[in-house]
Amino acid sequence: MIFNIARKELKSMFASPMGWIILALLMFAFGTYYLNGVNNYFEVMSGAIRPAERTGVTQFVGQTVYGVASFIMLFAVPLLSMRLISEERRSQTMPFLFSAPLSIIEIVIGKFLGLVVFLGILIVYIALMLSTLNIWSDIDFGYIIANSTGLFLLLASFSALGLYFSSLTSQPIVAGILSFIALFVLMILDRFFAGDPTSTMAQLSLMKHFQSFAGGLIDTADIAYFILFIITFLTLTIRRLDADRLRG
Amino acid sequence: MDNLTVEAIELTRLYGGRAAVSDVSFQLTKGQVLGFLGPNGAGKSTTMKMLTGNLAPSAGSVKICGIDMMENPKEAKALIGYLPEMRPLYKEFTVDEYLTIAARLHKVSSKNIKKAVENAKERCGLTHMSKRLIENLSNGYQQRVGIAQAIIHSPMVVILDEPTVGLDPIQIRDIRALIKEIGQEHSVIVSTHILPEVEMVCDHVQIIDKGKLVFNGGIDVLKRQRIGNKLLIGFKNKPTAQDLLAIDGVAEVESVDDMIRVRFIEDANPNASIVEASVKNGWGLYQIAPDQTSLEDVFVQLTYHEAEAV
Repeated sequence: MIFNIARKELKSMFASPMGWIILALLMFAFGTYYLNGVNNYFEVMSGAIRPAERTGVTQFVGQTVYGVASFIMLFAVPLLSMRLISEERRSQTMPFLFSAPLSIIEIVIGKFLGLVVFLGILIVYIALMLSTLNIWSDIDFGYIIANSTGLFLLLASFSALGLYFSSLTSQPIVAGILSFIALFVLMILDRFFAGDPTSTMAQLSLMKHFQSFAGGLIDTADIAYFILFIITFLTLTIRRLDADRLRG
Repeated sequence: MDNLTVEAIELTRLYGGRAAVSDVSFQLTKGQVLGFLGPNGAGKSTTMKMLTGNLAPSAGSVKICGIDMMENPKEAKALIGYLPEMRPLYKEFTVDEYLTIAARLHKVSSKNIKKAVENAKERCGLTHMSKRLIENLSNGYQQRVGIAQAIIHSPMVVILDEPTVGLDPIQIRDIRALIKEIGQEHSVIVSTHILPEVEMVCDHVQIIDKGKLVFNGGIDVLKRQRIGNKLLIGFKNKPTAQDLLAIDGVAEVESVDDMIRVRFIEDANPNASIVEASVKNGWGLYQIAPDQTSLEDVFVQLTYHEAEAV
């Protein structure tokens, strides 16, 4: 049942040109950065004389692409997530799901999954693009896997938060702006507390937890953080929709 | 009783202390079409939302074929097809895509989906619209898609909230026929404020006003109330009231415009004697007919009295 909802969400994303256009534009942006990364690699490395200055091509290009991906998706995910529930509220299609034999949990997880699968297409594409470096070089697949995992968890967290904000209002634009602001604050939170490395507030930052993945390290503490983040916002969404049924 | 499909027990719904629906209880058996009547804001839609599990009742419970909506919502919802007042259509899909999604969400097994979609389209007259985007359909066709969505999994209970709003007369006739057809195998609850519609399609009527059930009974009961025991008679030369009261069975005489309304004693049929008297005395009778209070009157009476009592 969860998959049927996810399927419906995916279908509605690709029913209009929007889904395709967003995918194409994002691919274009990532492709450009990939190309720039490869070009810059030769320039920078020919200037680097000491061995300590030299880095592998995977890390050099990967850093550019994954860095820009996490930043661009900060804008793209709210755009995609904003309509998940608020659009249904606005066009009054919520009763269609509520009167089907589905629990609210299934509806929420299904919608979340639909968006995550859509974003997963991008992650797979980026990984494939970077793997093409392997044709003329010997690349570090571990680094790509760690980054992909990190990006996937990051985007899933974005989606969960976006889904929650989407459930609060019947105006998709309002939901989009709210989730963008919330995500932006969560992303740069660690910059504000950079002076104090033990600060608890900095620990809440999404970017801080993405950093270790970006360095090629899969840390269970960070995985736990992302999973808790996702569960928290999905639970809030479920509670919000349940309140609809109770309060009307 | 295994025939009981819908059972509402003392349904109450409060909105901030104000009762939108209070103490509504009724039962529906298989093969019945229930008409749900009431003025605007009487609580029709709220009751329907509670029946379909879209809204939790503040008190009371709903049972669908014996399954409690609160305790086993999934099982109960599987037995219901619901068309809310606002059609829940995803306009970016085609009719086929939308109905396929509806069938899938209502747990129609994957090998039967195609058949279910075809069947629903055929019953709602949508076969030639399969590949059209719902967005581009006319209002009436969108309404049909809404109904098709509600019957796609051939549920035990079909609940339609104002299904004929915004349709042209021919479509209304089609949809009424459809409701009757569905009503033969399943139970149907239809809400409306068009009274003749109730007379045509329903065999059971409920009138709700200000959240309270004011009438609950068969359509024949309502009709009997409607025909009553009055005659409307037109004379060229009006006789006096005394003349008429002298006729056997006449209980009351009242002048209306240039006609005379006669109330007679129950079961006495003074028609023949009135005609005879008219011929004998040269009153010039040109019309005699049972005076039907329209359904509207009955409706107003029922809801108006209630308003006074409150």
